[in-house]
Amino acid sequence: MDMEVKTAFGADLMSDVLAFAQSGSLLLTGLTNPQVIRTADVLDIAAIIIVRGKRPSPDTVQLAGDLGIPILVTRFILFETAGRLYQSGIRGCLVKVDGSVHSHG
Amino acid sequence: MADEPLIYENQFNVQGGNFNDAGKVASHIKAILKGFGIPSEAVRKTALVAYESEINIVSYARKGVIHLRLAPDQIVIETIDEGSGIADIELAMQEGYSTATDKIREMGFGAGMGLANIRNFSDIFQISSEPGKGTSLKMIIKWQP
Repeated sequence: MDMEVKTAFGADLMSDVLAFAQSGSLLLTGLTNPQVIRTADVLDIAAIIIVRGKRPSPDTVQLAGDLGIPILVTRFILFETAGRLYQSGIRGCLVKVDGSVHSHG
Repeated sequence: MADEPLIYENQFNVQGGNFNDAGKVASHIKAILKGFGIPSEAVRKTALVAYESEINIVSYARKGVIHLRLAPDQIVIETIDEGSGIADIELAMQEGYSTATDKIREMGFGAGMGLANIRNFSDIFQISSEPGKGTSLKMIIKWQP
């Protein structure tokens, strides 16, 4: 796996992921079902980090393999995962939402 | 605009209740548009509205069809489903309003954002519905080479 990722987005609501996450970002989520992979595929998400020690279902792993989307898992909670990534230089794929969707660039 | 030449046209069936495959059509549409070299922002918007529409068909209809039409300056996604329909469209369009089941919420949807997302990411959005019969959506996304 050879890729560089600079931004991330975290949410459990896939409709919000669709609305706000940007292509090439990491997706931090607590959801483990295949819909996470479908959502990531639609958005060209670089990789998924499943938080809170959850494990993806076999269906999810299979689909991720088929579509070539890496899944990482961590026992850290979403807040802690986001904080540690931020400390390492990863930034939000957008900083804030003010009525319309603005990319961080 | 109606007589505009089409670059590509296709339609895809969606089975109601088939949660495992929900999103497959949207992925396919994304791949097709990328193959035509459509700019990524237009591909993203189209994939998003197709995906939310597909989730709605899987969640609320017996079956449905998603039409894709690619024209030289716009992408048209049209969905027609046979299902429960929507009694109060204005209410259904409100962010946060939902009639979703637990199954839909488990998938990470059903927070009442789907139709709002579809409207927000379409350049032109039309919805019509007949309760007990089904719902039709038309979404146009403009693009330029």
